[in-house]
Amino acid sequence: MTEKVKVRIDGQVIAATPGQTILEVARANDKYIPALCYMEGLSAVGACRLCMVEVSGVARLLPACTTPVQEGLAVSTNSEQLHSYRKIALELLLVERNHVCAVCVSSGHCELQALAQEHGVTHVRYPYNYPKLSVDTTHPRFVLDHNRCILCSRCVRTCAEIEGAHVWDISGRGIQSRLVSELKRPWGEATSCTSCGKCVQACPTGAMAEKGWGVEEMTKRPGVVGNLTSMRGDR
Amino acid sequence: MDKVKIGTCWLDGCSGCHMSLLDLDEGIVAVLEKADIVFGPLVDAQEWPEGVDVALIEGAVSSQDDLKLAQTARARTKVVVALGDCAVTGNVPSMRNGIPTRRLLERVYVEGSTETPGVPTDGVPALLERAVPLQEVIKVDLHVPGCPPKPDAILLVVSELLEGRMPDLGSKLRFG
Repeated sequence: MTEKVKVRIDGQVIAATPGQTILEVARANDKYIPALCYMEGLSAVGACRLCMVEVSGVARLLPACTTPVQEGLAVSTNSEQLHSYRKIALELLLVERNHVCAVCVSSGHCELQALAQEHGVTHVRYPYNYPKLSVDTTHPRFVLDHNRCILCSRCVRTCAEIEGAHVWDISGRGIQSRLVSELKRPWGEATSCTSCGKCVQACPTGAMAEKGWGVEEMTKRPGVVGNLTSMRGDR
Repeated sequence: MDKVKIGTCWLDGCSGCHMSLLDLDEGIVAVLEKADIVFGPLVDAQEWPEGVDVALIEGAVSSQDDLKLAQTARARTKVVVALGDCAVTGNVPSMRNGIPTRRLLERVYVEGSTETPGVPTDGVPALLERAVPLQEVIKVDLHVPGCPPKPDAILLVVSELLEGRMPDLGSKLRFG
């Protein structure tokens, strides 16, 4: 049996396995840390900055999803400071592209929308960016709407790590970053795409959806990725 | 005691927020016992009066007229509420913002018209380059998102304001 390490999360002492991240330990012990880019069963990238936590003795905030636990680690997952930084992160995601909930297939089932509401984001304090973005409808069954994409890369990792096809990548830098299929081919022409649709299920917003649904109609099963990983075990 | 004065207006929106306001059902009776609606699509006043206590503003700021009305309402009102997603985020009206205004008008009124092509200029206010949320042009005291905000959210907001308290939407906060 592996040696356990003792960590303290919000005051509670928890025995954790070395190699686990703060987020994994917290979730396994019913402690809630919000996250958008983290998905059980995928590698962690620390992109969305929502899971930032306070670690005692460390002056800066650390992302819980990529920080491994170690003996004696003391973490605070919920403070006024964290709440205000998480609100800022959500607001910046909302202003970057065009998140028009009223006409979105995922409204009511969207992780970004739910987190904004949960964190009391009644409005954003920054000017909206209003970029002109395209919608890729070339795939026979699925749609990619860049207006709703938050670049969490859950689709990229799902396709590369679970399906093994690696159709998706992020191209460009900073505000110009875009999700691209097969070196910027339209999705419908991507020959490596198996049309399995797991990227769609992994997408936290309405950026990826099945065709044929109206506003509020697209529900997803994000648990499918974690289930596949745990069923495969070490194989 | 004098009644509280409420003004409402409808900028670039679909009137859905006003429909939701009417949808308070019997709740509106309780509101009207304590308040008068002194301006808006529901009453006859021609100009936003002085000394209004609460402004409920629906819609994004999209034209010169929207801008003027928003500024007048702000100057003459104590508490300004941005009512609904258009006033809070720009929402559907802001979906035109990636397209230059001139290009947009020509596409609709010239290329899109078979009968009498031409961009209308008489009797219509000039469009702003972008449709923006209320807070980008005036100070907003309270944001009530929703498309439209549910009647119970509006009732909560109005009732709290009538009691002189600043409402907390809590679980009634909802976009879309």
